[in-house]
Order: sequence, then structure tokens, then C-alpha cells
Amino acid sequence: MNLIVNSITQGTLRTDLPDFKAGDRITVFYKIKEGAKERIQQFQGDVLQRRNSGVNEMFTVRKISNGVGVERIFPLHSPYIDKIEVNRHGKVRRARIFYLREQIGKKARIKERRIIK
Amino acid sequence: MNGLIGKKLGMTSVFDADGRRVACTVVQAGPCVITQVKTELTDGYNAVQMAFGDKKERRVNSAEKGHFGKANTTTKTDVVEYRDCDMDVTLGSIIDVSIFEEGEFVDVVGTSKGKGFQGVVKRHGFAGVGQATHGQHNRLRAPGSIGACSFPARVFKGTRMAGRMGGERVKAFNLTVLQIDTEKNVLVLKGSIPGHNGSTVFIEK
Repeated sequence: MNLIVNSITQGTLRTDLPDFKAGDRITVFYKIKEGAKERIQQFQGDVLQRRNSGVNEMFTVRKISNGVGVERIFPLHSPYIDKIEVNRHGKVRRARIFYLREQIGKKARIKERRIIK
Repeated sequence: MNGLIGKKLGMTSVFDADGRRVACTVVQAGPCVITQVKTELTDGYNAVQMAFGDKKERRVNSAEKGHFGKANTTTKTDVVEYRDCDMDVTLGSIIDVSIFEEGEFVDVVGTSKGKGFQGVVKRHGFAGVGQATHGQHNRLRAPGSIGACSFPARVFKGTRMAGRMGGERVKAFNLTVLQIDTEKNVLVLKGSIPGHNGSTVFIEK
């Protein structure tokens, strides 16, 4: 892409967020505006995918809420994301784990990927 | 009317004050040189002619050399004239993006991307047949009837049919100026503008 076009978004890219990928269980702390007040809500689930690049990068998080699958898509560089916590690294074989949508119960589990430091 | 000549650089997105992602276009706008100032007395109307983009020396003919020489500048590739321009300018002076303000609305003129020979569904927004059944196995995107029978016994002029699409002058109206960089002469406009990256555009206000 053009260098000048890239430089437009250079300052807005988030560098404070942890590294995560598909299969990881993360908690997204995102800000919600209610009138003049602002509060922080959490969304914990498994990352299904990360897509696009640069300022347009988005990620999808899926969780099971009261027996119903719920998915949320966040822009990674949004100023409305307060922070992201990585709770657990998952061991998956692909970058987009949409097969998780068809699986319920024990099959929907993801093996943990232990990171030895 | 007032404006600048520029070059479309590409699209990206920025986050606005509400945290929403807004698609925007980055445009290299100017600096443009005033190459002629037309007045009511000499030309019959008031206008300002400006030029942008350097032309290769070997492509320059002497007529161009003479015209741009009067403004004491090199030969340019793109020239535009704005009538009743409210800027106070003289021959040879340079104008840049500082004529715009952030939050202001501008119009952008460009040449749209060529789409080639297209059918009526894409070119004129016809609905198509809509059904694949009832014997319509190969007529899904057909134009249908193009007129009556023995009267008028011809097809009216201007009847919308398939043909060449795109590659024509298009104006995008009321685009918000999101950012201005006076050092790099760059404008960030909300939304999309006509044409491919690198194409010449005219930004008017």
C-alpha cells in the first residue's frame, strides 16, 4: 500500500494489546457509552479468527451463553477496547476454527497449548 | 467556486470521536500553480486556471512551454479552470490544501473505473427475471422487451441496453474533510471517490 496512506493510521494502531490467535480464550474489556456515562463490559470466549490487516484488523470471539452460541466481532485497533486478557492458549490446527460452531458439549473443547518459557 | 487538483492515493479507515471505524480516501492535493487569471475585461468572464503534476520534458510542445512559461513554472499535466473563484490570486502563485478546513464538505470529480461491456442488470440496475424456473433456464439477466411492435416499429433512442460502462466523469458530493496535512499536502476524505488509485481528481468546494 502507498506509504502516505499507511502513515495516516500509523498513530492510531494499538501496540498495547497482547498477542493472541485462533483457539485462544480471551477476555475483551470494552467500553460502553450510556448517555454521558462510560462503563466497561467483559466478553470472554474463544477466538474464531483474526482477519484483515493494518487498521482494519478484526477478530471474532465466540462463547456459549445460557446454552446459546454468541459471537462478537471487534475491530482490533478500536479505541473502545480497554484491554484484552489472554486466559488460555488453545492448540488448533487452523487459523479459522469455524468448525467449532457445529460442535456442542465435550466436542467443542479446545486442547490447551502450554507455553514453556 | 474554488478547488484543487489532486491524485487519489488509496483508501484506509480512521476511528472517529465516537470510536466508530470510518472508511476514508487519502488524496494528494496540490500544490497547484495559477497559470492564468481570466477577467471580465479580457476574456468575458472571471476565472482562475490552475495546473498540477510535472510533465516530462520531451513530451512538452512549444505552445505548452509558452503558456506555462508566462506563469514562470514547468509544464504541467493537468489543468483546470474555476469560474468566479473567490480566491485572491495572481499569475504564478501557488495554492495548497490550506484552502480547505477540517469538517468542511467538498465535492470530488474523477473518472470512474472502467467496467468494460456490461449487461443491463449491472449497468442500469434492471432487476433481471428473478426466477430460475418456469422455463427461464438461460434468461436470468436478460433485458426483456425493448419496445412495442408495428407502432413505432423501431427502438426509441436512449433505450437502456447493455454496453460500455464506467470510465466516465463522476462527481462525489459532500464528502467531509477528516484530516489535513499541510506539510505533505494530503487530504483525508470521508467515504470513497471515483477512479482507481493514482488517478487525477478535482477537489471542489
